[in-house]
Amino acid sequence: MSETAQRLAELELAQAPPHPLREFWNYFSQNRGAVVGLAFVVLVLTVALFAGVIAPHEPNEQYRDHFLVPPVWEDGGSWEFILGTDAVGRDIFSRILYGARYSLVIGFIVVALSLTVGIALGLLAAFFRGTFEALVMRAMDIMLSMPSLLLAVVIVAILGPGLFNAMLAIAVTYLPHLVRLTRAAAITELSKDYVVASKVSGAGMPRLMVITVLPNCLAPLIVQATLSFSNAILDAAALGFLGLGAQPPTPEWGTMLAEAREFVLRAWWVVTFPGVAILLTVLALNLFGDGLRDALDPKLKR
Amino acid sequence: MLRFVLTRLGILIPTFIGVTLLTFAMIRLIPGDPVELLVGERGLDPVRHAQLRAEMGLDRPLLEQYWHYISGVFQGDLGKSIVTKQPVVEEFFTLFPATVELSVCAMLFAVALGIPAGILAAARRGSVFDHSVMGAALTGYSMPIFWWGLLLIILFSGILGWTPVSGRISLLYFFEPVTGFMLIDSWLSGEPGAFTSAVRHLILPTVVLGTIPLAVIARQTRSAMLEVLHEDYVRTARAKGLAPLRVIGLHALRNALIPVITVIGLQVGVLFSGAVLTETIFSWPGIGKWIIDSIHRRDYPSVQGGILLIATTVIIVNLLVDLLYGLINPRIRHQR
Repeated sequence: MSETAQRLAELELAQAPPHPLREFWNYFSQNRGAVVGLAFVVLVLTVALFAGVIAPHEPNEQYRDHFLVPPVWEDGGSWEFILGTDAVGRDIFSRILYGARYSLVIGFIVVALSLTVGIALGLLAAFFRGTFEALVMRAMDIMLSMPSLLLAVVIVAILGPGLFNAMLAIAVTYLPHLVRLTRAAAITELSKDYVVASKVSGAGMPRLMVITVLPNCLAPLIVQATLSFSNAILDAAALGFLGLGAQPPTPEWGTMLAEAREFVLRAWWVVTFPGVAILLTVLALNLFGDGLRDALDPKLKR
Repeated sequence: MLRFVLTRLGILIPTFIGVTLLTFAMIRLIPGDPVELLVGERGLDPVRHAQLRAEMGLDRPLLEQYWHYISGVFQGDLGKSIVTKQPVVEEFFTLFPATVELSVCAMLFAVALGIPAGILAAARRGSVFDHSVMGAALTGYSMPIFWWGLLLIILFSGILGWTPVSGRISLLYFFEPVTGFMLIDSWLSGEPGAFTSAVRHLILPTVVLGTIPLAVIARQTRSAMLEVLHEDYVRTARAKGLAPLRVIGLHALRNALIPVITVIGLQVGVLFSGAVLTETIFSWPGIGKWIIDSIHRRDYPSVQGGILLIATTVIIVNLLVDLLYGLINPRIRHQR
């Protein structure tokens, strides 16, 4: 008897579908680029967390005897400043390590802000069709008719330059896509049987929205969120570069580039390294996002 | 087709009104007194302040102010720049050709390279060429273009000395602008070397501004081609024994280009965003640099008018792309 039960249990185990996370990882890990991207993102995260321990110098410490020191492998470089120093004698390597913190925080905050507001507006538009929906969607159309960086610039012009206002502005420019995506996904789900069943069994509006419908709309939103994360880092750097984002002496990568602009023909290292940091981080996030999309998109699953 | 055009126009009007509401609200949302912001002076004499306030209609109810604003807009009156005292519309249209010239060149560059690269990558799927094109496209897509511009300046202007660092033409040449497009004007001027100088100034900004559209177009062309190559009619064409070049170039490409054209249209807004950065790096005297300079100079009438004109341009270009799309794709035209 117990033997039969055990065999039954074994059979069940063999036939049980793999855990969703395991299945996801199986698809995801087939994409070598995505895994490399993920590994690099983890590296940046580690650097950001332990910048205080790894960095050889304080990010804003100015070494008055070491202006524009070239990187270690050039003539005149020294191991004290691996990637050289900038025009006021700050260690570029340390500033880049600290800059990772800013970029990741910018990404997180922008994505969190725009996801929260975007999902809320999208769900409301899907549940309250009619005037409210039309108003929201028209507003999104208007925002889409503005080039995104320009819209962000306008908002910063209203709020005043600064890192937080820049993040707010960027989050606003990402709203239209998220609202449209959420609304479209929610409307598709709303006509399905399980939603009707839930409604019939007496689920209230908030429960229907957040517990019944939302989890089934998440796949495209997760993909959009990763892609927004990398875009947010790029856009924040662009605003910093234009003097509208983080203000000097913040070691934000875009702001570092803005300060370095005038030395472009005299000290290439001041310009090159912060940009390499932006490019590699954004590239890694995009690789990861592409892999995520392929793993989550049921259409592409064989 | 008429019905299609009318529906599109119907969507356009509320969008335009929304944009005017936004620019109207903007000047009132900026912290500080709107009269002082619009005149560009602080601590105005109270008598003069009241006089200006009445002159600009800022003492009226909001609805009336908006009516005043929008009727001005329709008469082409967007106020005067605080810094130059010139009408904003005039300033905009003096600088506009520079941005258009740069954007058109960047788009031509992106299309001329991106479409062939995408087609070849799709035709040789999985080859080394395919992988390098897609790798380069993803890198281009992730590129902070303001940094890319600086890198190119270091290499081509600094180390190699091939291209100038900034501006539209060498200071040696001077002639009256006829069209505002430097390539045409320098050609018309007949001055020896002027045209070459204009071209040399244009190369780096074109590459920088074209990089992201190039990446997007190459990716889109490849994926559209791959999709079309699986269709039955392509298999039929192959089975008939048509030459591979003919199958790809004629049967597949024509259908694959439809989504590519949409993507090209969507890049217009991206181009404007990129123009802001590119013009700032290369001191290119266009709209993008002007808007950023105006913000730094607190020249709010220019910012307000400039934003409205740029948004209107984007709306109109998007409409044209939509109509063009309807023209080449009957399935869209007949959708209700």
